[in-house]
Amino acid sequence: MKPNIIVFPGSNCDRDVYIAIKNITGHSPKMVWHKDTSLENANLIVLPGGFSHGDYLRSGSIASRAPIMKEVIKKAKNGTPVIGICNGFQILTECGLLPGALMRNNKMQFICKYTHLVSNYDNTWINKKQLGKVIFLPVAHHDGNYYADDNTIERLIKDNRIAYQYCTSAGIIEQSSNINGSTNNIAGIISDKENVLGMMPHPERAINTKLGGEDGINFFKNVFEKLG
Amino acid sequence: MTTVEQAIELGLSKDEYQQTIEYMNRIPNLTELGIFSAMWSEHCSYKSSRKWLKTLPTEAPWVIQGPGENAGIIDIGNGLAAVFKMESHNHPSFIEPYQGAATGVGGIMRDVFTMGARPIANLNCLRFGSPSHHKTKHLLSGVVAGIGGYGNCMGVPTIGGECTFDKGYNGNILVNAMTVGIVKKDKIFYAKAGSPGSPVVYVGAKTGRDGIHGASMASAAFDSDSDSKRPTVQVGDPFTEKLLLEACLELMETDCIIGIQDMGAAGLTSSSVEMAAKDNNGIEINIDKIPVRETKMTPFEIMLSESQERMLMVLKPGSENKAEEIFKKWELDFSVIGEITDTKNIVLKENNNIVANIPLEPLANGLIYERTYEKNIITKKVNIPNNNSNWLESLKLLISNHDLCSRRWIWEQYDHMVMGDTIGMPGSESGIVRIHGNQDQALAITTDCTPRYCEANAKLGGMQAVAECYRNLCSVGALPLAITDCLNFGNPENSIVMGQIVSAIEGISSACKVLSMPVVAGNVSLYNETEGKSIPPTPQIGAVGLINDTKKQLLNIIRKNNNQDILIIGQTTGHLECSIYAREIEKIENGQPPNVDLDKELSHGKFILNLADKELISICKDISDGGLAIALAEICIMSNLGCYIKKPKEINVNEWLYGEDQGRYIIISESNNTETIINEANKNNISITVIGKVEENSFIVEHNNSKQEISIDKLSNLRNNWFNNYFEK
Repeated sequence: MKPNIIVFPGSNCDRDVYIAIKNITGHSPKMVWHKDTSLENANLIVLPGGFSHGDYLRSGSIASRAPIMKEVIKKAKNGTPVIGICNGFQILTECGLLPGALMRNNKMQFICKYTHLVSNYDNTWINKKQLGKVIFLPVAHHDGNYYADDNTIERLIKDNRIAYQYCTSAGIIEQSSNINGSTNNIAGIISDKENVLGMMPHPERAINTKLGGEDGINFFKNVFEKLG
Repeated sequence: MTTVEQAIELGLSKDEYQQTIEYMNRIPNLTELGIFSAMWSEHCSYKSSRKWLKTLPTEAPWVIQGPGENAGIIDIGNGLAAVFKMESHNHPSFIEPYQGAATGVGGIMRDVFTMGARPIANLNCLRFGSPSHHKTKHLLSGVVAGIGGYGNCMGVPTIGGECTFDKGYNGNILVNAMTVGIVKKDKIFYAKAGSPGSPVVYVGAKTGRDGIHGASMASAAFDSDSDSKRPTVQVGDPFTEKLLLEACLELMETDCIIGIQDMGAAGLTSSSVEMAAKDNNGIEINIDKIPVRETKMTPFEIMLSESQERMLMVLKPGSENKAEEIFKKWELDFSVIGEITDTKNIVLKENNNIVANIPLEPLANGLIYERTYEKNIITKKVNIPNNNSNWLESLKLLISNHDLCSRRWIWEQYDHMVMGDTIGMPGSESGIVRIHGNQDQALAITTDCTPRYCEANAKLGGMQAVAECYRNLCSVGALPLAITDCLNFGNPENSIVMGQIVSAIEGISSACKVLSMPVVAGNVSLYNETEGKSIPPTPQIGAVGLINDTKKQLLNIIRKNNNQDILIIGQTTGHLECSIYAREIEKIENGQPPNVDLDKELSHGKFILNLADKELISICKDISDGGLAIALAEICIMSNLGCYIKKPKEINVNEWLYGEDQGRYIIISESNNTETIINEANKNNISITVIGKVEENSFIVEHNNSKQEISIDKLSNLRNNWFNNYFEK
C-alpha cells in the first residue's frame, strides 16, 4: 500500500494526515508536490485540508488546475481510491470528480468544532458495523455548505452515495444539527464508482482522546483494511 | 530640503527635528526625515518607556534570548527552545478591524519564524468598548474574523486568549496577538549582518503603498477623523505568509543565512537599520532593485511602506543562487537589493544617485525620554454592600454577563486543532499544545490582565496580571517559565498615564522576580487615547509553561460524580471591591483591588504542581474574575455535573461566592485522597478548605440552614448564549 498525499501551496493538514496514516496503519505516505506530474505507485491518493492558493478565486479552484491534478483525475477514473478532506473535498468538486459545490457556510463564519455525523449507506469507505452509528469528528472550514441541484441530490440518495450527514448526538438528521447549511445535511459524498470520497470533517484530527476524540482511528483502519 | 512643519507632520517634534540636523550636519531631505521619524517614533524607539523597561528581570538559567530580538527564547529541554512574543495592533484594528487584526497576527508570526521557529500556537487578547457602543459589534466581528482569517490559513492553531468589554475602550480598542514557536537550539537565527560585502536580500511579497508610515500612526493619539487614516492600515495576505514561512524554514535548513529580520513596523527602514547597526556595519540599498507592485513609488514611500509578508536577509556571499531557487519554488519574490558596507551609514541609491545617507547610530539608538510622572493615586477603600442581593439571582446575572460568559462564539471561528497537537482547548485557563513528535511533553500558554484592577492601582494590577498567568499555568499542571509583556497605555506625555506605566512595570517586575518568570520579550503601545481620553492601563501578560508529562496534565472537567470532594486552596476573605460582582450587582466600580501576596502565590502554585506530580489530583481551576461561584459553575457546566457546597459560618454568602481574593484554586479530589491532601497542605502551611461535593445535575448552595439550587442546564444556557443573542439583536 503506497498512499500519496498531494501538497499544494497553502495546504496545511498535509502533515496531520501523514501522521495519522503512519501512526494508525504503519504506512508512510509519499508527499507529492502539486507541480509534479506522476503518481506511479499510488494506490491511495489523499488531497489534504488547508487553504490551497489562499482560497483565492474559489476554494479549491486554482488547485484543481495544478499539474498533478491531471494525473489524479486519470488515476481516479481508472479506479484508484481518492480521499479529499475539507479543502481536498473542495478541490474534488472543482475538478469535477465529485458533483456539487461547497459554498460559504450559511452563517458566513469559519466553524471549527467537533460535530456528530452519521453514515447510513453501505459503501467502500464505511465499515458495515458503523452503519447508522453516530461518530464524532471535527470540522474546520469557511466553505463547507454543500450544494447540488435537486436531480443530483436525488441521484446521490438513490445510489447510496451520501457518505456522511451532520446529525444530533442521537443520530437524528435535522436542521438544528446542520452546522453550515448543507443540502440534506451532507458532510461527505462518494463518486458513482465509489472510489472517490470527499468529506468536510477531519478524521486525521480525531486520533486520540486527548485531542478530543478518536473516531478517526476507525476511519483510517477501515479504509486501509478495505483497500488491502 | 525639509522644513520643521514637514517634520511635525511626520510626527517629530521641533526639538527632534533640530537633532536630526545636528546628526546629519545638514538639513535632511524628505526621505531621510521620513526614516528618522519612523525610527524615532514611540513604536520603534520605545523612547518613553525604555528607561523603565530596563528595570524588568530578564534572566534565568533557561533564558536563551531576552528582550531586544524579534522574540524571546527559552530552553525547554531535549535540544529544543520555545520562541514567543506578544505584540499590539491596536490603532490599525480600530480603523479597519479585519485587516488590522489579521496583519497583527501575521506580524507576530513573522517575528517568531524569522528566528527559525515553526509557529505552533497563537493567542490573542482583545479589549473592546461597551457592548452597547455603536461601533463594538462591527469591531468585534471584524477583529475575530480577521484573526481567524489569517491564523486559519497559516495552519497555526489559535488556542486561547481573552476578550472583555469596557467603556474605557470605546474610542480605542486593544488587539494584542501572541505567537509561540519551537526551534532547535542550534538552529536559531538572529537579526545580524555579518561582515561587509555580504549581500542583502529582499524576499516575500512586493512593496506597495499600504501602511506607509504606520509606525507613526501607531504612535499618535486618535482624533475625531481617525477614519481618514484607513490608507495607513496594511492589507494582509496569509497565503503569501504561509509560503514565506515554508520557504524561510526550508532555507534555514541550509547554511546560506547570516542574519534575517522581518519587515514589521517601519518596514524596510527598521529592518535594514537594525540589522546593519547590530554588527556596527553600514548598509547600501539600491532602491531600483526592490520589488514593487505599484508604479512611480518614491524612495520615501518604499522605505516607509508597511506592506506585509516581507523579510530582509543577509546571505553568505556566493549562496544567492541556492537561496533564490528555494524562493522561486515557493513563487516568492527574491531580489539582491544591496550589500553590507563598512561605512556605518545607511545609503540609499536610486538610478545611481544617492537619495539618502544617514549615520546608523542615532537611528538605531533612538531617543530616550525621562517623562515626568505622577504615581498612580491609590483610591480609597469603598464599602460594597453584601446583603442587598440574593446569591442565586446574582449568579444568573453574572454567568450571563459579557465578561464572564462563554467565548465559544469567538474561538469556534479559530482553527484551534490544526497541527494535531492541541490537548488543551480554548476556554480553559491555558491553551496546551504537545511538543510535536513527543507525546509526553507539552507547552501551556496563557494570557492575562485585569484592567479594572490596573485602573484602581497600576502597580497591584501589573503584579496581579503576572500572578494570574502563573496560576493559569499551574492550574493545568505546567511549570511556569517566562513571560512576554505587551504594555498598552494612553499618552505618556500625560504625567498620570506615565505614572501608570512606571507603576505597572514595577508591579510586573516584582511579581516576575518572586515567581521566577523572567520577561523575555515585550512590546509597548502608547498613545491609546481618543480625543484626550486614555484607555484603562492594560499591561497585558503572555506566559509559557512546560508540562513534562502529559499524563499528569490537570483538567477542568470532572468525569464522574461519586466521591468527589471540592476543595479550595488559599484563603477566602471575601474581597468584593473592584470585583465583577460589585460592578454588575451593586454598580460600584471604584475601590481597592484584592491584594496580591506573591509568596503565597508561589507556595500555592508549587503545592498544586506537587499534587499533580504525585497524581493526587487531576482536576484544578484557578479562581479569578467572578470569584469562587463562577469558577465552580464553569467546571460544572463543562462537565455537565452539579455540586453541593456549604458556606462556612464566618463569612457572608455573597462575599464567599463572589469575592475575588487572589492566590486561590479549586481542586477536585477523590474522597479517599482528601485527607492526604489536607495533611500535605497543613504540612506546607497552606490554607485549605473542603467546601462540598460533586453532585449529579444542580448547582446547590447551603447557607444559614437554607438551600437554593439551579440546574446545570439552566446555568449552561445562561453562560453560552450571550454572543449569539448580542449578534441577533
